[in-house]
Amino acid sequence: MSEAPLLEVRDLRVAFRQSGAEFPAVKGIGFSLARGRTLAIVGESGSGKSVTALSILRLLPPAAHVSGSALFKGEDILKCDEKRLRAIRGNAVTMVFQEPMTSLNPLHTIARQIGEILELHGARKGPALTQRIVELLTEVGIPDPAQRLSAYPHQLSGGQRQRVMIAMGLANRPDLFIADEPTTALDVTVQAQILTLLKDLQSRHDMAMLFITHDLNIVRKLADDVAVMQRGEIVEAGSVERIFKSPQHPYTQALLAAEPKGNPPKSDPSAPVVLEARDVRVHFPIKRGLLRRTIGAVKAVDGVSLKLRQGETIGVVGESGSGKTTLGLAVLRLIRSQGPIVYLGQRIDGLSFKAMRPRRRDMQIVFQDPYGSLSPRLSIADIVAEGLIAQGTRLNLAERREIVARALADTGLDPAAMDRYPHEFSGGQRQRVAIARAMVLEPKFVVLDEPTSALDMSVQAQIVDLLRQLQEKRSLAYLFISHDLRVVRALANEIVVMRQGKVVEQGAAAEIFANPRSDYTRALFAAAFAIEADRSGVVAQ
Amino acid sequence: MSLPATSGAAGEFRALAPPLAKDGLLRLTPLNQRRLANFRHNKRGYWSFWIFLVLFVLSLFAEFIANDRPLIASYEGELLFPIFNDYPESKFGGFLARTDYRDPFIADEIKAHGWMLWPPIHYSYRTIERALPTPAPSPPTWMLTKAQCTAAAARVLAPGKPNNGCADIEWNWLGTDDQGRDVAARLIYGFRISVLFGLALASISSVVGVAAGAVQGYFGGWTDLVMQRLIEIWSSVPQLYLLIILSSIITPSFFVLLGTLLIFSWVSLVHVVRAEFLRARNFEYVTAARALGLSNARIMVKHVLPNAMVATLTFLPFVLNGSISTLTALDFLGFGLPSGSASLGELLLEGESNLQAPWLGLTGFFVIAIMLSLLIFIGEAVRDAFDPRKTIA
Repeated sequence: MSEAPLLEVRDLRVAFRQSGAEFPAVKGIGFSLARGRTLAIVGESGSGKSVTALSILRLLPPAAHVSGSALFKGEDILKCDEKRLRAIRGNAVTMVFQEPMTSLNPLHTIARQIGEILELHGARKGPALTQRIVELLTEVGIPDPAQRLSAYPHQLSGGQRQRVMIAMGLANRPDLFIADEPTTALDVTVQAQILTLLKDLQSRHDMAMLFITHDLNIVRKLADDVAVMQRGEIVEAGSVERIFKSPQHPYTQALLAAEPKGNPPKSDPSAPVVLEARDVRVHFPIKRGLLRRTIGAVKAVDGVSLKLRQGETIGVVGESGSGKTTLGLAVLRLIRSQGPIVYLGQRIDGLSFKAMRPRRRDMQIVFQDPYGSLSPRLSIADIVAEGLIAQGTRLNLAERREIVARALADTGLDPAAMDRYPHEFSGGQRQRVAIARAMVLEPKFVVLDEPTSALDMSVQAQIVDLLRQLQEKRSLAYLFISHDLRVVRALANEIVVMRQGKVVEQGAAAEIFANPRSDYTRALFAAAFAIEADRSGVVAQ
Repeated sequence: MSLPATSGAAGEFRALAPPLAKDGLLRLTPLNQRRLANFRHNKRGYWSFWIFLVLFVLSLFAEFIANDRPLIASYEGELLFPIFNDYPESKFGGFLARTDYRDPFIADEIKAHGWMLWPPIHYSYRTIERALPTPAPSPPTWMLTKAQCTAAAARVLAPGKPNNGCADIEWNWLGTDDQGRDVAARLIYGFRISVLFGLALASISSVVGVAAGAVQGYFGGWTDLVMQRLIEIWSSVPQLYLLIILSSIITPSFFVLLGTLLIFSWVSLVHVVRAEFLRARNFEYVTAARALGLSNARIMVKHVLPNAMVATLTFLPFVLNGSISTLTALDFLGFGLPSGSASLGELLLEGESNLQAPWLGLTGFFVIAIMLSLLIFIGEAVRDAFDPRKTIA
């Protein structure tokens, strides 16, 4: 390594000022990155990894105080003036963000957005510009790029939008490419495709890549070097092989051990059936014309049957848009559906919203987003107690608080914190509150709608353990909806693989994991376990 | 050692729930504490709030500040409370059904046999000063010349005798209007009725508006569509003309005006609340509440409304201001409260028709301008307090 590194960060410190106090986010870190290499910064949320990435391009809000140096080709980016900075941004150093839904301007066509960055840093105009845009779109794997030039972001899928973002990043042949969790918001199958694309492009253009992620599986697949961050400090750094083979720092070891693991409890074929649904269909009519005539239907769920026994878990897997969540809402009768649903020997599919209310006590749901599923203006004691009040249990305030405290303790939260508000809790803790809200009514059947997808890897494992523990203790029946097959493998007895509302494959989990029959299932597994992109086209782009 | 352990280990039941914090009546949540701090941080709004509050509370006791009867009087050893009770004049040797305590004859009679404790201003809003130093509207007493004062005092006391001029006549701090009524007294009563009317109108129309907006936003679909169209038609009715027609049929009183203005004013908050509910009804915590088996009414009140209140509270000061100015405008045009009642609009009207008496128009202008400004400053501070992005820098 005789040549100087492309990027060298020394003693980088970032602090945020709030209410007169300083909160350090990054506490003096240093790393270097050579041309053609990929450095992954790994850590949980709040570890300062995104702040590090943003501070290199000085994209942090003015409340942040940045010190130290970031030498890019020998020039300190943190000290250069605004004009020089603009010349570097989007030209020599580019960045791709996490959320493809909001990082493109919805009012401009993709050609205009990619064209803008080319015009700003180069002098291309007219047909040459269009040609270059088509080249870039081809390079990032957008089908029929010439036709897509005038497409607006909403006409593209999440994966395609992220491809457009990558095309914008590549537009001026950058030396350094920063990717801040570019695949976290995407499906596993799409994630695999995007990662494959990134790796491919990097080796083709000999770029240096700084990759921010919380997912160690991606790191193993993609990076050459790793820096593990915890609370604003790099606790361990080194080559991927060394870190994965012999992690030195206890935090790295904990991260590596944090994969959701274990096996579901054995299912008992003689256990009573809690829920049986036959040929459930959810169709949303498409209405057109002056008279609003129904001309067709979006078949969100089309003929799904399942039989769930006490103490058992059915995992529903599939890409986004496959109808998993709709199925979950339908069996809980939160949306209208056709087809018989039998709950504890009683048909519930014809009941009104009002008639369902007393029955809701036994059937609960936990949602994906722990930030959106808790009302920000109620204390967690109030949130958990709400179900008790709604179900008309005659309890005085002290008794109710006691039950709530027990439910919180059961989910591993400190009951002493029950009068606090959701914003004072971390994502994992909020998800525990959401679980406690469902469990306080002592249900028999719980729909878990991607309860781990919004959480960090290490927290995911804890939530999976908690769910399994609760299931064993109370012999609960779970309908577990997820696109993350690693979590499903740790929990489900039976699997339903869905694609575009239809069941592709259904059966015992062990069997399907060992021997998937359909191409679609195989593609899902490849993407989830090996992060390999499917090339046969069965999955979404 | 033989004593059983009193801690939780021995007992089957051990309370896990922490005791409810009970520090004072106002158990402020951390969020509300931050809001209060934000409100205090906006110095202008905070001071406006206190100034307005003091003025409003003082004006609530207008009868004790400006009145044409004494607070307490002692007459022949008997303690009287003329401010609460109507005493017939026969009690003091007169012949009217109600005593005019400002009448020199009665005043002298009571003083001779006891004493009187007067409010600071000896006029009520409808008291007509008979011994004006100049023809009505007469200027504030401190603007009078010595000669005018002396002449007036001579008329009141004893004609021809020397007197102390302005010190001997009753002061009109802000002059009188064109019917000889004290402007300062009318101002205090007018301020009170304006603010009370504004508060009543703003709060009732907010309750109606929030309820209507909540129902529309929460249920959406046809409910929303139909009610929106109805509101559009409703709000295109020309309010002012309708009010003019109404006031020619029914005698306008405080409550008639409140009712008629309410018919239209509730619409103002509907759009904001509806938008907030439309946004919030698809949040996961609302679906979660539905999955818990909560009724629609409870979901709306407990789960969605608190999250929609910020926008409502931000608008409220402006609704309040609007209500006050509407009443003033109606009074100015002569379609408001019955003539003779204390109102700021009528004061402005008098100022407009008596341009030679600038103290009328100027007083009205400054009181209305200061009142509305104070309310807007308070509104700004409230908005700051509820701004989630605002942190105390």
